[in-house]
Amino acid sequence: MKRALKRCSATHQQGRLDAPVLLSVTLLVTLFTVLPMLLSITAGLSNNFTRGVASGLTTRWIVEVWSLYGSTVWSSVLLALSCMVLVLCIGVPCAWALARSESRAARVFEDLLTLPVAVPGLASALALILAYGELRGFRQSFLFILAGHVVFTLPFMVRTASAAFARPDLQSLDEAARSLGASFLQRFFGVLVPAVAPSIVAGSLMVFTLSVGEFNLTWMLHTPLTRTLPVGLADSYASMRIEIGSAYTLVFFTVILPILWAMQAVARWTEKAYGSKLG
Amino acid sequence: MDQNLANGAEPFNAAPSTRIEVMECAKTYVGGVQALCPTSLTVQPGEVLALLGPSGCGKTTLLRVIAGLIDPDRGGRIAFNGKDVTVRPIEKRSVGMVFQHYALFPQMTVEGNIGYGLRVRGVPAPQIRRRVGEVIDLVRLTGLEKRRPAQLSGGQRQRVALARAVAVQPRVLLLDEPLTALDAKLKEALRDELAQLLRELHITAVHVTHDQTEALAIADRLAVMQAGRIVQVGRGEDLYRQPGHPFVAEFLGRVNRLQRDPTANAGVALGGVELACPAALHRQTTLLVRPEDVQIHLGTAPPFAAQGTSWGQARVLQRSFLGNRVQLRLMVLGQADVLVSDQPRDCAAAVNDTVHITIDPACLMPASLNAVSC
Amino acid sequence: MILAVCAVPAAVVFAAFWLLPMVRLVLLPASKGWTTYFAVLTEPRYLQSLWQTTLLSAVVTLVSLAVAAAVGLYLGRRQFAGRRLLLSVLTLPLSFPGVIVGFFVILMGGRQGPFASLTEAVFSERITFAYGVTGLFLAYVYFSLPRAIASFTAVAERMEPELEEAARSLGAQRWHIARDVWWPALQPTALAVGAIVFATAMGAFGTAFTLASRFEVLPITIYNEFTNYANFALAASLSITLGLVTWAVLFVARRFGAASVGVGA
Repeated sequence: MKRALKRCSATHQQGRLDAPVLLSVTLLVTLFTVLPMLLSITAGLSNNFTRGVASGLTTRWIVEVWSLYGSTVWSSVLLALSCMVLVLCIGVPCAWALARSESRAARVFEDLLTLPVAVPGLASALALILAYGELRGFRQSFLFILAGHVVFTLPFMVRTASAAFARPDLQSLDEAARSLGASFLQRFFGVLVPAVAPSIVAGSLMVFTLSVGEFNLTWMLHTPLTRTLPVGLADSYASMRIEIGSAYTLVFFTVILPILWAMQAVARWTEKAYGSKLG
Repeated sequence: MDQNLANGAEPFNAAPSTRIEVMECAKTYVGGVQALCPTSLTVQPGEVLALLGPSGCGKTTLLRVIAGLIDPDRGGRIAFNGKDVTVRPIEKRSVGMVFQHYALFPQMTVEGNIGYGLRVRGVPAPQIRRRVGEVIDLVRLTGLEKRRPAQLSGGQRQRVALARAVAVQPRVLLLDEPLTALDAKLKEALRDELAQLLRELHITAVHVTHDQTEALAIADRLAVMQAGRIVQVGRGEDLYRQPGHPFVAEFLGRVNRLQRDPTANAGVALGGVELACPAALHRQTTLLVRPEDVQIHLGTAPPFAAQGTSWGQARVLQRSFLGNRVQLRLMVLGQADVLVSDQPRDCAAAVNDTVHITIDPACLMPASLNAVSC
Repeated sequence: MILAVCAVPAAVVFAAFWLLPMVRLVLLPASKGWTTYFAVLTEPRYLQSLWQTTLLSAVVTLVSLAVAAAVGLYLGRRQFAGRRLLLSVLTLPLSFPGVIVGFFVILMGGRQGPFASLTEAVFSERITFAYGVTGLFLAYVYFSLPRAIASFTAVAERMEPELEEAARSLGAQRWHIARDVWWPALQPTALAVGAIVFATAMGAFGTAFTLASRFEVLPITIYNEFTNYANFALAASLSITLGLVTWAVLFVARRFGAASVGVGA
């Protein structure tokens, strides 16, 4: 909403004052960020990590990773999608309720909801295991991990959407729809949700990203039959040769990053289509 | 106010007045947009010069070139008192700058803001205190020393910005639309105050504005700018009375357009009579005339034709009472021209009245000139 | 009424899968006696682990903030071709799980990594940094930087260029501008981002787990108590301590007027 007052670069005096120090820090940080990524990509495609690309390129590590851990890729994507859908269904109505309610209880609930973010995942996972560890069927299914992911990602969606729902222009939009005789459900799905669509999409993107990469909770909650991508990664790092770990990391990049980029594109498109209409 | 200024004016003469010379300065931005055509301009020591023009005319670019915030294209030079300062960055140029949106440091108090330039120069604390006190008196902010910018009104913020700029005794003072962010009433009050303050300071100042009233009230001379170049420089009265360019005539004050056919007759048709047309305007098809120069006469009989003045006829289309005057919209009979005329506030003309009108030929101005480009 | 109905599904899920289990977790150490709650203070091993974790997180926070502020100021205040691309590359690690960041450090500074080969060629000794405190530090900085850079860049984009110009016109030098213009503008964000970076570093488990560091941090201690020694009450007690510390830091930051920053991506 708050569109930064961007002055054209023309009025910006450049190159005189801050360039040397800031530029070198930026370059160093770029190197620091990119170098490990490049190294991991080449390592996953080389015959031998220590001798590097000189040892010849191969796809055999990737093939091996796919046979060993291929299932974790689909588990993770499915898990993240289910988590996203669930959080959407329970989080968006909750966000609207919190934005509209002025009661004390609502504020307390809002603060409580964000606790799973503040408290380390390890503690949340321990609590879940201690509470539901005895329920064998639940404990050994992906639903157990899903439960953990949902409570962990819920606050991100609720806070993003509730900030959008609280906008004053939305209040008058709602009142306008009411004056025209729209029922609650008509208003909610026909007026309010489309108006905050960019925020909801951004929240969904956040939920998906967090769920796909979640490790702290998941490592504690997983069983040998319920492994996600990050769990598989940790397993391969600990027990396989470094080339396999690299190849697996490469698989993570090639599967997850395109999905994330596609979702980011959708988010940008929604922002353009719906966002600009309501300052 | 006068007393304050009299007291405060003394120490401010310390900074010697500086002559600013802009020599062939142009500015082309990346992408080829030329914001400023090669421009030369001299601002005399102690003079207040206004850069006046519509937005996008290059006036702010020129100010920023003088300030040292923008480097001119190769070949352009800036000199202060004959000394070339082109390669000197703003922090070494000793210019005071006042910005449109104040640009006060939000975390500092009024005192802190005003003393900032002295602090970064390493001036000893007692001296800073004394100087800040003087400037605060000068701009009448006494009692507000400990406030932060967020606790001040717009006018007070603008005074702090001005005080901060003059506290370091800069060689030149540069004002970038200093009054634009204020509301109309306050603007008027601050305009007069600023005009007087600049006189008292005897500081060379360049004032950028798009408001002609502001420029006329504050500046000794005006440089009217259009499309990246200076169209005309001169005293406000001269520019208003004898604009050297139709753009200047139209930008300073309001003008009427009067059509004529140079091939048909030598004069100017006006509601059934023909006015003499000055020789210089013989080729013009459109003439300009200011509303206050369109004279009217009420009553059925045409007035006495003195000194060859002839009176035409026009019908009143609209009459607007504007407080200090009445403005009439007049349809010139037998012509397509509609003229606006300013009359005293007790003017009795009513809508649909037929009135006699005339224009002193000396008040006619040309509407076109050979276009100049850079 | 409608409000309540809307909030119920979320409330039920939250209560069932977080709040009630958490209450149980908090009550658990009591079964082994009240002193279990203070195990982290009474047992030197745990106290040292807590101390090490806090110190590491604090240093990581300060370094990340300083470096990210420089990058943010550079990227936020100028336009150049490829700026958006560079920014998206720099914030890419936001979507990496902690384990990958740990693995990156092993790749770079582990026994088979290029750093070891380089030092062997120069000093004829294979030097590794992956398995000690240096490795942890670099990994933590790696996953902290993207978030901080994204936030600082956003603030720098909104900064008024006039303020900097005003300071310069008054004769301010480079460091004056850093102190009087940049720092006041960045400070609320620095506080908020700092609190999040610190809290994340305190609870970071995946990275430390992958590095299997000799430098033991509290999440690893908790994990060991739970899986290796099945000491549930003690693991619960240590988790509560860790949770309290991170929650307190976030709370204090909010109290002191930290700018609101998306906790997530």
